[in-house]
Amino acid sequence: MHIPDGYLSPQTYIPLFGLFVAATAIGVKKVKTDISARNIPYLGMAAAFSFIIMMFNLPIPGGTTGHAVGSAVIAILFGPWAAMIAVSVALIIQALIFGDGGITAIGANCFNMAVFMPFVAYYTFKLFNNNSSKKGRVTFAAFISGYLSLVLASVLTAVEFGIQPLIASTADGKALYCPYDLSIAIPVMAIEHLLFFGIIEGIITAFIVAYFLRNDPGMIYAFRKGGKDEN
Amino acid sequence: MLSEKEVKMRIDKQQKKILVMLLLLCLITPVGILLPMFFNAGNAWGEWSAQTLKDLIGYVPQGLAKYSDVWKAPIADYTINSGDRSVVHQSGFYIVSGILGATVTYVVMLLVSRLIIKNEE
Repeated sequence: MHIPDGYLSPQTYIPLFGLFVAATAIGVKKVKTDISARNIPYLGMAAAFSFIIMMFNLPIPGGTTGHAVGSAVIAILFGPWAAMIAVSVALIIQALIFGDGGITAIGANCFNMAVFMPFVAYYTFKLFNNNSSKKGRVTFAAFISGYLSLVLASVLTAVEFGIQPLIASTADGKALYCPYDLSIAIPVMAIEHLLFFGIIEGIITAFIVAYFLRNDPGMIYAFRKGGKDEN
Repeated sequence: MLSEKEVKMRIDKQQKKILVMLLLLCLITPVGILLPMFFNAGNAWGEWSAQTLKDLIGYVPQGLAKYSDVWKAPIADYTINSGDRSVVHQSGFYIVSGILGATVTYVVMLLVSRLIIKNEE
């Protein structure tokens, strides 16, 4: 889901970069007031976790690869704004040092995986968990949160790929950037994430949230904010 | 009730445990290149190089050709020598890249968080 350089037109990556910067500006303010300093070490670990988990490319036999992102579990544990900053740090380092995701596409990639995805994940979790602290309910809601957020982020990425032929083509009909249109990009990205990668993100999310529910439930942001313990 | 010291020790222990888990994850990252190799799976969809795209559709889109080399990453594709086909070497490069990248990410995120979060513990 890391869009490389050259696949998005400037008409796409510049607005997405703007959206990402605007979201970051709000995120910094929210994290400043919402997150306790005792969580700082965990935020470092969360960003590192996201970096590492994205290295686990999983194959669709004979086809493409994909991976989990970790945004969902970070959003549930530390809130969507902190997740935004943690996953952005991982994505920017992947682009700058390892060429994973383009430089021009940093705004787009951060918007998809670090802004859009944690928010979908967080509110999906809240919706399905409905303030329960029962293990089964929490684990189920965490799975759905990871699954749905990765699938929807992949569809958003597919839309960004798929609108390129509409935005920019040469006079003889050849694409200038991503050559595949929406009718190809959306089904391919949606199906591979619906059937496989989304399930992996869901399992990882459920597993880690269940771990913290058992060991340190007081740390889970989604329980504190708008939950029964909010004060 | 636990004393403040005991609470702090428990937190330190949990953080150490997570750091060890992250290091272990780094050590098994080669799964992320070996499994795709074994199942004959290529790039992620939409992440092909200009050359691979040419093989797929017969041409390199002009804009893509212009932008695709705009940045030369120092450790492109998490490997130091992509010409080396040895599975063992590539796994080693991947682990080193994983540890390096995760450490840089960890440190940068700590610094960023400290800059943002100013409240008392």
